[in-house]
Amino acid sequence: MANAAAAQPELSNEVAVQIAGMNKWYGEFHVLRDINLTVYKGERIVICGPSGSGKSTLIRCINRLEEHQKGDIIVDGIPLTNDLKKIDEVRREVGMVFQHFNLFPHLTVLENCTLALIWVRKTPKREAEEIAMKYLKRVKIPEQAMKYPGQLSGGQQQRVAIARALCMNPRIMLFDEPTSALDPEMIKEVLEVMVDLAQSGMTMLCVTHEMGFARQVANRVIFMDQGQIVEQNAPKEFFSNPKSERTKLFLSQILH
Amino acid sequence: MTDMLAYVRTEDAPRLPPPGRVSGPVAWAKENLFPTPFSGLATVVLGALFLYILWTLFRWAVIDAAWTGADREVCSVEGAGACWPFIKAKFGQWVYGLYPIAERWRVDICLVVGLLTLVPLLMPSVPYKLWNILFFLAVYPVMTFILLSGGVFGLLPVDTPSWGGLTLTLVIAVTGIVASFPLGIVLALGRQSAMPVVSLLSTVFIEVVRGVPLITVLFIATAMFPLFLPPGWKFDELLMALVGVALFSAAYMAEVVRGGLQAIPKGQHEAAKALGLSYWKMMALIVLPQALKIVIPGIVNSFISLFKDTTLVTTIGLFDLLGIVQLGFQDPKWASPQTPNTSYFTLAILYWVFCFGMSRYSIYTERRLHTGHKR
Repeated sequence: MANAAAAQPELSNEVAVQIAGMNKWYGEFHVLRDINLTVYKGERIVICGPSGSGKSTLIRCINRLEEHQKGDIIVDGIPLTNDLKKIDEVRREVGMVFQHFNLFPHLTVLENCTLALIWVRKTPKREAEEIAMKYLKRVKIPEQAMKYPGQLSGGQQQRVAIARALCMNPRIMLFDEPTSALDPEMIKEVLEVMVDLAQSGMTMLCVTHEMGFARQVANRVIFMDQGQIVEQNAPKEFFSNPKSERTKLFLSQILH
Repeated sequence: MTDMLAYVRTEDAPRLPPPGRVSGPVAWAKENLFPTPFSGLATVVLGALFLYILWTLFRWAVIDAAWTGADREVCSVEGAGACWPFIKAKFGQWVYGLYPIAERWRVDICLVVGLLTLVPLLMPSVPYKLWNILFFLAVYPVMTFILLSGGVFGLLPVDTPSWGGLTLTLVIAVTGIVASFPLGIVLALGRQSAMPVVSLLSTVFIEVVRGVPLITVLFIATAMFPLFLPPGWKFDELLMALVGVALFSAAYMAEVVRGGLQAIPKGQHEAAKALGLSYWKMMALIVLPQALKIVIPGIVNSFISLFKDTTLVTTIGLFDLLGIVQLGFQDPKWASPQTPNTSYFTLAILYWVFCFGMSRYSIYTERRLHTGHKR
């Protein structure tokens, strides 16, 4: 870990997410084993690994969609425990984008974006709509604001989902395989938005297999296997000089 | 071989209209009624049977029917059809039950105000929905109760046993529907709750109530329950029946709603939580609107059954629409073989109009809430 921090000296040393000695079980199955991870503000971290390695579960622990049983997770200075108030606080600071978009199909694109502003942040409707339109413009689909999610393509839906998360002005963004459910033609438009977001200095944790994206924007790549962090490094080093055998095998399978 | 595998399109294939279909009544009949000789034969036989039944019904209801008369004389002649004068004579009683004739205007006010409240409530384009709902749920029940039972403001007191007919049916059905819907939602959420006690209590309530016939619930509410009350306590029979009907249909409603809740993907809950929505906001804004939309047919099914099940209150001595109609048969002035036939026929039409109305409204609502495509 000292290694990764050294590779990015320009980063702030303010901690965004601190995970220490974290373990999680599904029943008898030990799904996350001894996770230690410090994410600094402004860091862009890509997490990769074979399916079932626990990478999605890991980022879902950060906003408590999954509960961890052992160890500590501190998000933006707030420790995650069973305290519902703290969980709500964390969720307000952490935006999440899902593999299957999870837009609300009964609400228009605009309503999807304003919902949490109005009901969680208590923003007046007019103001919430202005904020929503700002972010819809940023993801380049302001013209779809009045449509329902079902009327949009997958790429457009995912961009709306990103805008919806950004409306809450989060300090940290989590991406859970944001392009895995998309047709190849649509991956690019979503990645462009994510690159733009990364360049704006957002703290990002992305579970993705888009290695081009990792090379372009990540300052750290984490490789997970069987519930553990196996290797992490700056992308250049990670791709050109993987240390562990499992990483080498994984990379040889996904980089043709 | 290579020229078989490689291919490059050099010009656009033409965009053609779909192959023509013959239209018109003759083509339609040929395609749908007489596609094969056997189907044709079936069409002819069943069609003839249908026409025969329609004709006999028409003869009974119109041609052979008695249209005017003052008593059973006109209806009890040999070969008489429907006995319409009976319906005409008793229709007031059907609507108002045994309510004092001089006080019927009070029922009229309730019916008219109810209609004037309900119709705009059901029309999405009419504004002031919140006020409308508040009036319907808060003011209207109180108003109806005061007007119908009287005893204040110089109104003649009318005890609930005298309420009856369509009025009583509507009182029970509307109260049952309005009370069972939110109660059912709460029970459904309770059953799915992560809190074991809440979940257990909801499940026990639903399973116990669903496992018992409505007649039994009504008997327990009106006959058995008072036995367990401290001496001197007495609840109104109608009130107990209302509570019984509401709790009974709430249990069914809960299971219908639960079906809807289960159809909502986990991702919807997760997205709502990730945005920081609390449990109640997540349910009220994200999950229930989608879940209830899916189960509209089931909800309306419950409403329709509830509307018709109100007839069971006759068993505890209340005269709802069916009860009052049957009471009319005992009038010796009108006793004739055709009196019950005509009454049940009319009754069926009355019930059907109400239920069909609900059904059509549910279809309209389903279409209105349809937002294009699936996730």
